Amino acid sequence: MSGAPHVAMAERRPRLPDWFAGLRRHVVASTVIATARVGTGLHARWVGCTPLPEQRIYFANHLSHGDFVLVWSALPPPLRASTRPVAGADYWSKGRLRRFLAREVFNSVLIERGATGPRRDPLLPIRQALDQGSSLIVFPEGTRNTTEEALLPFKTGIFYVAQAYPAVALVPVWIENTGRVMPKGEFLPIPLLCSVTFGAPTSLLPGETKGAFLDRTRNALLSMIPAGGAAA
Amino acid sequence: MTPDHHPFLIFAGVCAVLLCATVVEHVLALRVPPGAPSPVLENLRDRINAWWVMTALLGLAFLAGRTGILALFAFVSFMGLREFLTLMHTRRSDHWALFAAFFAVLPLQYYLIAIDWYGLYSIFIPVYAFLLLPVIASLRGDPLRFMDRIAELQWGLMTCVFCISHVPGLLTLNIPGYEGRGPLLVAFLIIVVQGSDVLQYVWGKLIGDRKIAPTLTPSKTVEGFIGGVASATALGAALWWITPFRPWQAAALSLAIALMGFLGGLVMSAIKRDRGVKDWGRMIRGHGGMLDRIDSLIFAAPIFFHLTRYFFTV
Repeated sequence: MSGAPHVAMAERRPRLPDWFAGLRRHVVASTVIATARVGTGLHARWVGCTPLPEQRIYFANHLSHGDFVLVWSALPPPLRASTRPVAGADYWSKGRLRRFLAREVFNSVLIERGATGPRRDPLLPIRQALDQGSSLIVFPEGTRNTTEEALLPFKTGIFYVAQAYPAVALVPVWIENTGRVMPKGEFLPIPLLCSVTFGAPTSLLPGETKGAFLDRTRNALLSMIPAGGAAA
Repeated sequence: MTPDHHPFLIFAGVCAVLLCATVVEHVLALRVPPGAPSPVLENLRDRINAWWVMTALLGLAFLAGRTGILALFAFVSFMGLREFLTLMHTRRSDHWALFAAFFAVLPLQYYLIAIDWYGLYSIFIPVYAFLLLPVIASLRGDPLRFMDRIAELQWGLMTCVFCISHVPGLLTLNIPGYEGRGPLLVAFLIIVVQGSDVLQYVWGKLIGDRKIAPTLTPSKTVEGFIGGVASATALGAALWWITPFRPWQAAALSLAIALMGFLGGLVMSAIKRDRGVKDWGRMIRGHGGMLDRIDSLIFAAPIFFHLTRYFFTV
């Protein structure tokens, strides 16, 4: 099969009726969630907070492309509808399937990673989403952690967001084992058990410096590593 | 009552015991003052409810016959193996070997039992998987903790897949005068193993005092061990009529099953203790994980299989 006729067909494709697009989104989302839950034996632990429908930024460690699906699946459905994952545009804009999943199914907030300079504000999509009242799932390490370290240093974005939105609770989320299920560079998952632990909400303290805030939030995440891993 | 009715009789018997347990639990719950929840009683209720579900699943598998029993234990192996390996050291370089363990070794072992190839299924994991999985892992060129990683993977396959597969393996035994009744032998093993676990729990809760292995497990007591093993032996002897054994033979085999089951629980507790967890997982409410429920079966099944094969088959 050559790629050209495929693209041509896609361009000529008529716009789908809304009810069909909605149904398709629902079916795909339910399938992805069910697969994630069964495939990883997902255990959601609400340790530091309860699943309340308030505006929150869930910040998590990052091991695998499946991470936000897992956090998303761990949320009760009413919260899921108002929670959007923040993902790298470079990965999730590539190819029709990824674009469809990122935009239609997960309603992701796509940001340009490594975008700098006075004319481009990489956090603009995040601010727009927060202004609309959405909750977010973010990965402050900025990239998937493939090192032996438990957690990479945080990028500064989460500090600026916390500064601009002091009323939004920051909830640390520890994801266990997704890096073993599907390590970076592998394409077949193995069915080990995964867990997602929700910690105590926090926010930027008055007068707290950038460095102190990033250290504190990173330590909050590190302190949640469960003894015994996902089985505990 | 002809032998054809035996499976239904056994199933009805198990349901009657569970019904008694449910009634006793409700009576006990009445005596608990309101507002003072009892964790032991809540756990007991969860355990009994889980037993109802497990009994229903076993009943369905037995109704589906040989294929149903094979499929059920392949599933049990799969869930056990994932709980086991989740707690083990694995590295990214083990990915192919782990994938092969779940999706090649496990299905192949059950396939070999399904086609009744004793000569291969009895050595497939101890010989072929034992040699080939380290080869696959070594191809990735990562020597860090290699021995730990490969030994733990092999141990997971031996316990969760090889040992457990001897339960449906009983269906392949050719016992004169017992043709077509293999599922009853499976039921006998499961009832004695799990009965022994339950009876050890009951004896331990009633008169348990001295801990038998305090550094490994807080829940096993001398009284529970003696009472549980003795009453499981009696239970097995009383079920001789569904087996190819005489009553004293059924008692002796039940004793072996109960002892191996107890020791299996001890070994698996030592592993859990080392990894800092109380339970292997959480898929069976009140019991913990799949491995918490089948740890005794892992150690009892191959021994029961080989004793029966040596003394009773042609």
